[in-house]
Amino acid sequence: MTTYFQAYGTFAALLVLSIAFVAVAFGANRLLRPNRPTPGKLTTYESGMDPVGTTWSQTQIRYYVFAFLFVIFDVESVFLFPWALVFADIGVAAFWEMVVFIGVLAIGLLYAFKKGVLRWA
Amino acid sequence: MTGTVWDIFILLVKVVGVFAALMVTVLLTIWLERRIVAFMQTRVGPNRVGPFGVLQTLADGIKLFFKEDVRPSNADKLLYGVAPVIMMIPAFLAFSVIPFGFAFGSERAQLADLNVGLLFVLAMGSLQVYGIVLAGWASGSNYPLLGAVRSSAQMISYEIAQGLSLVGVFMTAGTLSAAGIVAAQQGDPLLGFIPRWYVIFQFPLFLVFLLSGIAETNRAPFDLPEAESELVGGYHTEYSGVKFALFFLAEYLNIVTVSAVATTAFLGGPDGPAPDFLPWLWPILWFAAKVFFFIFIFIWLRATLPRLRFDRLMDFGWKVLIPVALAWVAVTAVVLVVDVNLPRPVLLGAIGVLLALLLLSFLLPSSDKEKADRTAPGGSTP
Repeated sequence: MTTYFQAYGTFAALLVLSIAFVAVAFGANRLLRPNRPTPGKLTTYESGMDPVGTTWSQTQIRYYVFAFLFVIFDVESVFLFPWALVFADIGVAAFWEMVVFIGVLAIGLLYAFKKGVLRWA
Repeated sequence: MTGTVWDIFILLVKVVGVFAALMVTVLLTIWLERRIVAFMQTRVGPNRVGPFGVLQTLADGIKLFFKEDVRPSNADKLLYGVAPVIMMIPAFLAFSVIPFGFAFGSERAQLADLNVGLLFVLAMGSLQVYGIVLAGWASGSNYPLLGAVRSSAQMISYEIAQGLSLVGVFMTAGTLSAAGIVAAQQGDPLLGFIPRWYVIFQFPLFLVFLLSGIAETNRAPFDLPEAESELVGGYHTEYSGVKFALFFLAEYLNIVTVSAVATTAFLGGPDGPAPDFLPWLWPILWFAAKVFFFIFIFIWLRATLPRLRFDRLMDFGWKVLIPVALAWVAVTAVVLVVDVNLPRPVLLGAIGVLLALLLLSFLLPSSDKEKADRTAPGGSTP
């Protein structure tokens, strides 16, 4: 138990140190930098032209189906990590259970592949 | 009581020491990158500040502290400031679980041996995409927004492959702890000269990890989120001064961390022949040498390969890396389950080489039909 807290204590110390590092960097920059804003400086950069259109313009997210697949496979990998740990102890049973699990997902990925959602329209 | 004070003192020394070592490594990496890329392009590179220009990065860093912090008037004030911090802090924390040596006397040469180990590194890595997406969105500008959109696409295509590529390592090592994985790779060499490193028994996963690691750190040829020839600076176009410096620092810290994870998981970490003279020093030297080997690969690839097109980048992640990683996890599982007369590492190594050859065949020039399939999809690409 002690080692558990020691490990996360070290982690907390590093967190504090890196926050301090960022704070010192921002503070030093605030003290050292000049501050002469002009309207031209404060516009957004579009290669020297005046910005065209509204900011936060709409973009076609062509990969939203990939995003669905990502959620599914990310959850799959979350299940795979603990499985990988206990695999050696459980043996054959663990193997076949994961074959079924991955098999279902693999068929899903193949189906997505065949339906052409992994190609950009 | 003195014991506790001493423990805290040791802890502080280690934390500050690792922090300083990381900063120095980053400075060296940036300098190395500029010099090596320069030599590969028959230029000289920075050679004025300090011996061979080593201090050039330091000079650039100090310069950025004196630079005006220009924030676009239509940026989101809070998120614009928070984004570089979100990039920066996980980059520092991720290194804390990596063992960089074996021991100094009774002290472990590792900041924290978390039982979740390398899973923690993966978690920190996926936090960083928030920094990029927020930076791109909060700038209120078009180019950074495109960089952010691309970054999230890259994350959803490569993070799974990176996670899966470590599953095989976890299976053979039987632990998630970084120190445990290093320990599992020690032992007598096979046939007298082949070390028991997972780069041999898990070779396909090693390739998958390296490729997805390059994509996770947004390095060429996967540097689409900041593609300077297409998107000006990508997500950090509107950043200047120390905020830009933090993005830069975080990017190179990520390179160091991914190299360190690859060293730990696949190259045996600090493992290597050590003479009796100064026994604590050799593992650290071995570790540093292996990390810089990976850093060199990163630089080499950047100098060599052109940037991938956006949709092909996603294709490569989904249609090559993820299936290969899944298949190899299955192969590892089969090999661990069946009873064979051959030693299991040898069997894994042999199958691994075969699969690696299959993977490399994707690099061969493709047929005309495939080329026709690979023409750009209609419309604009984000």
